[in-house]
Amino acid sequence: MTPPPHLRAVGITKRFGLFTAVDDVSLDLPPGSFHALLGENGAGKSTLVKCLMGFHAADSGEIRLNGASAALSSPRAARLHGIGMVFQHFTLIPSMTVAENLVLARPDLPATIDWPSERTRLSQFLSGAPFHVDLDSRIAELSAGQKQKVEILKELYLQTRVLILDEPTSVLTAAEADEILGFLRRLVDRGELSVLLITHKFREVQTFADSVTVLRRGRFAGGGSTRTLDAAGMAEMMMGEARAERRIGKTAGEPGAPRLCLDNLCAVGDNGLEAAHGVSLTVRAGEIVGIAGVSGNGQRELLEVIAGQRAASSGRITVDHQTHLPSREMIRRHRFFVLPEEPLRNASVAGMTVAENIALRLFDQPPFQRSGFLTDPASIREFAVRMIRRFSIRPEDPDAKIESLSGGNVQRAVLARELSGGDVGVLVAANPCFGLDFKAVDFIHDRIVETRNKGAAILLISEDLDELLDLADRVFVMSGGRLVHETTPAAADLAEIGARMAGHH
Amino acid sequence: MQLQPEGLGVWGIAVAVAGGALRGSIPYLFVSLGECLTETSGKINLGMEGVLLMGAMSAFAVSDLTGSPWLGVVAAALVGLLLGAVHAWLTNQPAVNDVAAGIAMILFGSGLAFFFGKRFVAPMAPQLPLIGLGFWSRIPAVESALRISPLFFIGVAASFLLHWIFTRTRWGLQVRAAGDDPQAARALGINVSGVRFLAITVGAALAAVGGAHLTLYFPGIWSEGISGGQGLMAVALVIFARWSPRRCLAAALLFGGAQSLGLSLQSLGVKGYYHIFNASPYVFTLGVMIATCSPSRRLAGMPGALGRK
Repeated sequence: MTPPPHLRAVGITKRFGLFTAVDDVSLDLPPGSFHALLGENGAGKSTLVKCLMGFHAADSGEIRLNGASAALSSPRAARLHGIGMVFQHFTLIPSMTVAENLVLARPDLPATIDWPSERTRLSQFLSGAPFHVDLDSRIAELSAGQKQKVEILKELYLQTRVLILDEPTSVLTAAEADEILGFLRRLVDRGELSVLLITHKFREVQTFADSVTVLRRGRFAGGGSTRTLDAAGMAEMMMGEARAERRIGKTAGEPGAPRLCLDNLCAVGDNGLEAAHGVSLTVRAGEIVGIAGVSGNGQRELLEVIAGQRAASSGRITVDHQTHLPSREMIRRHRFFVLPEEPLRNASVAGMTVAENIALRLFDQPPFQRSGFLTDPASIREFAVRMIRRFSIRPEDPDAKIESLSGGNVQRAVLARELSGGDVGVLVAANPCFGLDFKAVDFIHDRIVETRNKGAAILLISEDLDELLDLADRVFVMSGGRLVHETTPAAADLAEIGARMAGHH
Repeated sequence: MQLQPEGLGVWGIAVAVAGGALRGSIPYLFVSLGECLTETSGKINLGMEGVLLMGAMSAFAVSDLTGSPWLGVVAAALVGLLLGAVHAWLTNQPAVNDVAAGIAMILFGSGLAFFFGKRFVAPMAPQLPLIGLGFWSRIPAVESALRISPLFFIGVAASFLLHWIFTRTRWGLQVRAAGDDPQAARALGINVSGVRFLAITVGAALAAVGGAHLTLYFPGIWSEGISGGQGLMAVALVIFARWSPRRCLAAALLFGGAQSLGLSLQSLGVKGYYHIFNASPYVFTLGVMIATCSPSRRLAGMPGALGRK
């Protein structure tokens, strides 16, 4: 097996119009090394690796392979040099089987496919792989972790020697992430692979990487061996300042009366099967109740029912002992707010401006509406300007289309809309910090805790157990569509929670 | 209709319906296979009705002018390729919606067919030779009911060929990838626009061959009302067949049989409900749509990116 080439990027600069996304950054990836690329959202990590992969042509700088200058003008050219990439989004075809996806990725696929011999090759290849994947299962049926394994197997099947991974673990549980990165680490140790890992999880950098490069606003902000750097040092490079010690400002005191009740809620998923079975829980005023679990165990369907995006097949939701239905009138009366996952898709109108999106809750109320039916764009805009300042939304432009904002800023804009009234009765949030850098995460956590302290009942559905144990007063575990375990952060037994999440009851 | 299955009773109906299914299924089969190919690539071509009429008109005209019905079939396929290319080019534009462009193509195709077809309304063109499947029977009614157009066998072969293409060829996998997740397909280095262009043009060519059957089979005349909306119904049939070429064949036979029910009953002397039985394919279509569509779940087999760029 050929060893990985020595990949070096020297003085790469990439501009988009007036904006310099990557500014004079160099990177060294010797054969058989595991290098991490750290940086906040928008620091230029993805742009830099897209230059390496041939998706973008760098404006200046040079890419060298084994010392010789290489023109990687297209992803195809990069692939011919053994450089492959696993993207943030999956590049698997959902309706096809694992075998079809692996075969389709072959660059030298003949016009007609000889399945018996392809299958022999695939099973031979898979027998040497540490992941068990069924060749005949369709991608749509796989969990996010299994899909990510198939993505990585696909790269290895294509004889990739330099593997670039763009935040591959953002959709995985910690255990899945460790399994996959551990496997890649062993291939690196055997000298069969070089890995360039884009991440913003310090734990992964320290556990798996040899060395690290930190980017901040497109520039090189520091780097070196992971043996000499600690998390605080890397955070300082990323942020340009030391990260403040986290304090969760939860006020002590007994929660109030029961506010939000889910009573035997059942929901049917897109595939026609029941996804949530008889979910019952109560959230009291001034309390955060968490729901932990691996994605795909009915949390999404449950949230959609609560948010009014999906009809419950049975059961009911009550707020202060009154039945809650998702009409504007009742949402207003119950002061019921939702912070769903993927806010651009689930909680915004992508083509509308930031100001219009922030006004979606209140546009039919005075002062945004006059004479009973006319909206007042000036006051909507003026309100948005205030919210943009208070919630630090970037860019500070109320007229920007919300789809042009980064993920963290879309989440801030939605948060501004949901929490701007200040008087929150019920807040339901799902993975509110998914894919955000820690500055944004801290900001959102602070707002959620602040809302709790003011007496709101908060239901927090999250795949991030650390987040739940930090924020929640009580935690349920959801598995197979049911709530299978209840605990408090103080009494939480991680082994027990892990086993319940995995479906061992 | 040349059927007189008197004296055969219920069996007469069965033979007539079976024969009708084999004949009447042909336009449905070709159009639905063409639409199946188009939709599997992620595009929608509602303009099949226009393609069908243009195929019917040009096959008739070329057969009339050259005396060769097979040249007419080839001409229909070429005209289909051209119309498909127009639709593919239009819908590849960023701001063009598939459905809107398709409706425009129905009007464009049928208008064009009526314009060029004006001078061919009267005569009869040479028809395709028929293949007799009724040789085992000595009853003339059965024999005549089972005289089948060779296009039927080509259509059956095409449905199996299309299934083979989707599962066993590089291009077929690329078509499915482009239809299910074009972004992922692009990341795999697949030229999504190119793959879709070819799928749409070949799909329209297939549909146009279905049109050739309308004018090159008994009674072999060209008239403006000849398609009777079969091009649109075949598009719905693809949904019923859940985007599988082999199920398209079964569905086309079912629709063809339903269509001939009215005619068979009429020839048996059942006169009163003629129009109701003639409406049976349409009622059938509606029933199928209601039965297979559910508000709470997505259709199995539907290409993930149908109608999306």
